[in-house]
Amino acid sequence: MRKLLIWLPLGLFILFLGIFAGGLIKPEGKVIRSQLVGKPMPNFALSPAVPGKPGLSSTELSNGQPHLVNVFASWCIPCIAEAPQLRQLAEAGVPIYGVAIRDRPEDLVRFLARNGDPYRAIGSDANSSVQIALGSSGVPETFIVDGKGIIRRQHIGDIRPEDVPGIMSALATAR
Amino acid sequence: MMRKMILLASIAFASPLLADSMMPAARYANEQLADPAQEAKAKALMQTLRCLVCQGQSIADSDAEMAGDMRSLVRTRIAAGEKPEDIRRWLIERYGDWVSYQPPLDGLTWPLWAMPILFLALGIWIVSGRLKRRGRS
Amino acid sequence: MIAEGGLAALWLAAALAALQLILGAMGVRSGRSELLAAVRPIAMVQGALTVLAFVALIWLFVTVDLSVALVAANDASTKPLLYKFAGTWGNHEGSMLMWVTILAVAGGAVALFERRLNERTLTATLAAQAAIGLGFYAFLLFASNPFARLDPAPAEGQGLNPLLQDPGLAFHPPTLYLGYVGLSVAFSFAVGALITRDVGAAFARAMRPWVLGAWILLTLGITAGSYWAYYELGWGGWWFWDPVENASLMPWLAATALLHSVTVLATREGLRAWTVMLAVVAFSMSMVGTFLVRSGILTSVHAFAVDPRRGTFILVLLALYIGGALTLFGLRVGTVREGSRFDAVSREGALVINNLLLSAILGIVLVGTLYPLIAEAVTGAKLSVGPPYFNSAAGPLALILVAVMAAGPTLKWRRDNLKLLATRMAWPLLVAALMLFALVLLAPGIHILPLLGLVAAAGVALASLAPLWKRNLRRTPFYVWGMVIAHFGIAVSMAGMAAESAFTKETLVATQVGEVHRVGPYTIRLDDVQPVAGPNFTAVEATVTAQRGSGAPFILKPQTRTFPQPQTETNEAAITTVLDGQLYVVVGKPDDQGRWQLRLWWKPFVTLIWLGGALVAFGGLLALLGRVRREMRHAPPREFI
Repeated sequence: MRKLLIWLPLGLFILFLGIFAGGLIKPEGKVIRSQLVGKPMPNFALSPAVPGKPGLSSTELSNGQPHLVNVFASWCIPCIAEAPQLRQLAEAGVPIYGVAIRDRPEDLVRFLARNGDPYRAIGSDANSSVQIALGSSGVPETFIVDGKGIIRRQHIGDIRPEDVPGIMSALATAR
Repeated sequence: MMRKMILLASIAFASPLLADSMMPAARYANEQLADPAQEAKAKALMQTLRCLVCQGQSIADSDAEMAGDMRSLVRTRIAAGEKPEDIRRWLIERYGDWVSYQPPLDGLTWPLWAMPILFLALGIWIVSGRLKRRGRS
Repeated sequence: MIAEGGLAALWLAAALAALQLILGAMGVRSGRSELLAAVRPIAMVQGALTVLAFVALIWLFVTVDLSVALVAANDASTKPLLYKFAGTWGNHEGSMLMWVTILAVAGGAVALFERRLNERTLTATLAAQAAIGLGFYAFLLFASNPFARLDPAPAEGQGLNPLLQDPGLAFHPPTLYLGYVGLSVAFSFAVGALITRDVGAAFARAMRPWVLGAWILLTLGITAGSYWAYYELGWGGWWFWDPVENASLMPWLAATALLHSVTVLATREGLRAWTVMLAVVAFSMSMVGTFLVRSGILTSVHAFAVDPRRGTFILVLLALYIGGALTLFGLRVGTVREGSRFDAVSREGALVINNLLLSAILGIVLVGTLYPLIAEAVTGAKLSVGPPYFNSAAGPLALILVAVMAAGPTLKWRRDNLKLLATRMAWPLLVAALMLFALVLLAPGIHILPLLGLVAAAGVALASLAPLWKRNLRRTPFYVWGMVIAHFGIAVSMAGMAAESAFTKETLVATQVGEVHRVGPYTIRLDDVQPVAGPNFTAVEATVTAQRGSGAPFILKPQTRTFPQPQTETNEAAITTVLDGQLYVVVGKPDDQGRWQLRLWWKPFVTLIWLGGALVAFGGLLALLGRVRREMRHAPPREFI
């Protein structure tokens, strides 16, 4: 028994070495994913973010067609990078709805004029309440939602050109 | 006066490494609730919720905008009568256990809670084993 | 020229370390006295050479020699002189060089001053110290060369993170490193004693001043770090159980246990295996802490510039040193003679319980800090372990520990009895009960943990003075004074923590100039907000007038600073300290109606937290002085080689 106690510290140490080595090989993931994937879109109603375009409410979204909900802002730099891809998706007939986080109408108008406007509607989320309700932790993020209003996938970060085919096929299977 | 305000505001807003929005903080991000008991409950909850865009801070201690929005959400809901644990659960439903600094007691985390008891038991066993041999003097 | 000179000194020192190890090992094996005698001067010269290298790096930073890559990345001619100097260690390579310097100087000091320990054990100790040094020399010379040149030299350096440009933070790392590396000496002594099977009172007496010194510095480093975070981060928090904070706490917990153990070994020949094991654990916690902080495997608000390659190197060193020491422990500890016996209720018994509780708290902090990493590796689930867990898991154990700390010094060695103990503890228990009564009456809503903390602090504070009772105070040895003051300091610190947690008042307002607000017993009025320019920043400064009741009003000037190089924003809180607490004022951003955000705190007795820490360190210092004076009085005459 004393022998066990004597070698216990070395045993524990080797265990901890394993944990440390594991931590180096696979460090803590820095990205927080939403837990709502596979669950219904939460209820919300947002007023229009830019004049001339409707606001966004969850009831309108469950209209039977798979669509994208894009969480973005005019002050978000990677959002500029994903604008061409969003335009490409919109031109392919994908309905894209925007949730603008903490944005002023004039800044959004300028952003859309400069980077294109793929959105059917943009809701103004001035205090991030819908962003939090969605389990989104930053901008830009895109949620792929099916025709019944269930969130199928969350894409974190800007949409790169290589991501577009994957999104298209996810939408196709999300009837 | 106006020019001085603009100068001061531009210095105050000059910061960000990451882009910051131009909008002001949410209503209850930096304003306390009128009822001190409710404010105390809100504060206690905020200190145990993790900021999503920070490097390891609670939403109570963070200058980030999203942390302010979360504080406002907590205060608004507490003022509306919601219980702190329900708010915590609502956030965990959206972000997972990561957003709460208080780990849950479940199949994954039971060692955390069992450990103090285990260590104490181990320690008492080690010592009593040695003392029994020694008690005979 | 200077950079190359520094690098050359470093190479030479590394070569000497290798020589020290080889000759030391040969000397211990063969017992030949000329080999044993050779190791001492080599250790001293090694120490001197590393000092040369470090001074060279300091010179490069102070003169802002931008042809050196490290200086270009971390220094700037606009920085105030103090931060050019402190910038030497405000980066990875410089701090590693500081680590190696302290390691070598400590080894040299042991070689110079240790006279009572037997020659073979001392040589084994110095050889172990050299072995530790070699790993770090290799790290520096092959992976983190501080003297690497940059060609072409840039016109201006990149400057130091403004959060680090603060006197407290400039000296916090060296203090902690002195503590960590001091524990390396304890480790080397333990390894040396295991190798020569000489785990006895002489080894403990040799090791004790080093453990004390390292522990004092760790106490100061942690206290200073906590106070720095409190006034710099702008939210009035002083401990968050953040992984980097825990990384400094864990060696302290182990060192505290070691400190108590080594005295038992030195005076009573007991707790041999515990003492050796704790010496190994304490230094491994230093290395684990260094690993956690530099490898980037844990997210922290105090994050350093991290690099997984550095983490890997430290992990390899960790595996070699600690794995080797624990294997040696397993092989040799069986042959260590058991100490004399003692009763459960005795001074030794209390010290064993003390060790157990400290080890349990250490285990909780270690596992709690690593748990998110483990959970994610095993299941992919992300979770957070923070203050709610650590406070509720470690808090009760800490309360039991301070109760033992109150009773322990009054217990007799070898055997005592519970009834006598109860009579000795009667007054402290009465005081604790009075405090409980008072708090329940006057502070009805108080939470259980701060309540127990204040009650315990009251009783323990009185009990810690007990060893002085009925003594002739002028003839009481320094180490008794040291023990009393250190234990008293713990009670003071605990009282501060509990009071801050229970009685802090917070007011957050968006205020126009001229409006009056209240926080605690103070009325606060914002008088003015002005732009201000500093040596390397621009700031917005608010002028706030505070008044307590009918006392004299006084002014506070909190600032928000913006630094361009690199671009960051910091809060400079305005803090006024009065006898019963601190008023803490922070100015934030204006809103679109021209109102300024003010954060106001009244924190009763919060300064006791750090005052207590300082008392603990002071008590340790007294004990150290007492021991050193005794050693010098009894030391044999010096033999010159």
